[in-house]
Amino acid sequence: MSSANFQAIYVLWLRQIKRFFRARSRLVANLVQPFFFLMFFGFGFGFIRFEGSLNYIDFLAPGIITMSVVFSSMFAGVSVIWDRQFGFLKEVLVAPVSRLTIVIGQTLGGSTLAIVQGLTVLGISMLLGAKINLWGIIPALIFMALIAFFAVSMGLIIASRLEDFQGFQLIMNLLIFPLIFLSSAFFPIETVPDVMKIVMLCDPLTYAVDGLRGLLIGSFALPMYLDFIVVVTFSAALMLIGAFVYSRCECV
Amino acid sequence: MAAIIAKGLTKIYDNTIVAVDHVDLEVKEGEIFGFLGPNGAGKTTIIRMLSTLIKPTEGYAHVCDHDVVREPDEVRRCIGIVFQDPALDDQLTGKENLDFHARIYGLSRNEREKRIMEVLKLVRLEDKADELVKNYSGGMRRRLEIARGLMHYPKALFLDEPTLGLDVQTRRAIWDYILNLNKSKGITIFLTTHYMEEAEYLSDRIAIIDQGRIVVTDTPAHLRSLVGTDVITVGCNDHQRLKTELEKKDWVEKVSPHNGSLEVYVKGGEGKIAAVVKIAEDIDVNIESINLRRPNLEDVYLHYTGRSIREEGNADGRMKMMARRRMRR
Repeated sequence: MSSANFQAIYVLWLRQIKRFFRARSRLVANLVQPFFFLMFFGFGFGFIRFEGSLNYIDFLAPGIITMSVVFSSMFAGVSVIWDRQFGFLKEVLVAPVSRLTIVIGQTLGGSTLAIVQGLTVLGISMLLGAKINLWGIIPALIFMALIAFFAVSMGLIIASRLEDFQGFQLIMNLLIFPLIFLSSAFFPIETVPDVMKIVMLCDPLTYAVDGLRGLLIGSFALPMYLDFIVVVTFSAALMLIGAFVYSRCECV
Repeated sequence: MAAIIAKGLTKIYDNTIVAVDHVDLEVKEGEIFGFLGPNGAGKTTIIRMLSTLIKPTEGYAHVCDHDVVREPDEVRRCIGIVFQDPALDDQLTGKENLDFHARIYGLSRNEREKRIMEVLKLVRLEDKADELVKNYSGGMRRRLEIARGLMHYPKALFLDEPTLGLDVQTRRAIWDYILNLNKSKGITIFLTTHYMEEAEYLSDRIAIIDQGRIVVTDTPAHLRSLVGTDVITVGCNDHQRLKTELEKKDWVEKVSPHNGSLEVYVKGGEGKIAAVVKIAEDIDVNIESINLRRPNLEDVYLHYTGRSIREEGNADGRMKMMARRRMRR
């Protein structure tokens, strides 16, 4: 890849970072929501005891981290709809760089923000008393990055098909929420009925949440290598599909 | 040398909507080429094909000697574009928008700094460089976009309706920037517009486009002389009788009713007004208004398409555009 493409990736990344920190309300909203989830669910279901010394908030924290990484990345991907509505997408698409470069730049920008956010939620959950394995944070970052790649790409693909944000609301409700709820973010996979277990095992986010939970609080429901392989495969596949979709779309 | 060549360029959306229909054109290097036509005539679609944003269904186009389909990156590097709708990031400052452009076009650091200051100066936005674009006025945005289009030293600049929605003074100022750019830097300019005055004031040559086809291409002066005659517009209480009477005179070339008045085509209009009034009096027709018009591009347009560009107008054009947008997905 030429240096021109690196410049392009850098500036696409930079733009997202700048925009994020200039939109104060988004900053606040993105932190308040996971805080509420952690606080109300964490304390509300505080009576639940797991084997060992695990509390519900310990169990919940990796799930909420995953959720906020997914939301934030998805939003970064889908924000292409805005760029299209406000015309800026044309400026990007008419530049002499490949569409793959554009997808990579957009993905890295969105992922950076998502990881920053994931870390913030991690901090909040520690403040609320979740017992986090500090050594797990570094490998957990890799997991968060993979989850972010997955979700940004998904957002980009959705955005290439959507005209406006009404459509996005529908996708949120019909696709993203089920994916989150079925991911074992809120309840363990071991105790659900068999049929539901099968459904949950089809949700790639299950492996993401399980991987993070294993790394951060030392409790795996599935083998770690499986979590890793599934998450890597899904994020790579979606990034490729994203690049493919944008290389062909006349979406201006 | 030709900066832009198109042969048989065609765009059909969804196998049914023909937006651009076998367009041939050739734009010389250093020329200002105006593309005149109503909304929905296919101007923007042509710009999108020439600038590699969409692919032609049929035909081909070369820009700066590169094929728009096979060598899109080379084409993109050699052109600058100002789109019809603003394409700025208004959460960034003017300077940041330019910096974004410079980097994505691969300018080196030194070049970037220097060039940003140069183009800002060119459009007189130095003072506003560090202000967020959302605080810019419409005219400032358009100027910033023109500056941005020039950042990477393009050989050809595409301007899609560059003064749409701007006030008269700003429009004038932008026209002067465009002319100045063309004269001092020798940049080829491809301009679309549905404003007659704009096409006439700026263009070396004009192509009139209607329903996806080019109907005529020529210099503004020559186009006007094709229509040739002056037009006396007469409002009166009995169009039919006056028309019949006027048509008997050999100095009257043509009489046609238009917008509730009669248009009388004559040579040397000043000398004929009195004669027209006299004829009306002789047959007891009351003249309510009379008006002399030199031929302009409006008449040329009318002549070639049988419709006035204004009545073609917005409603119809917009509907077509919207329908097309909806169907594209």
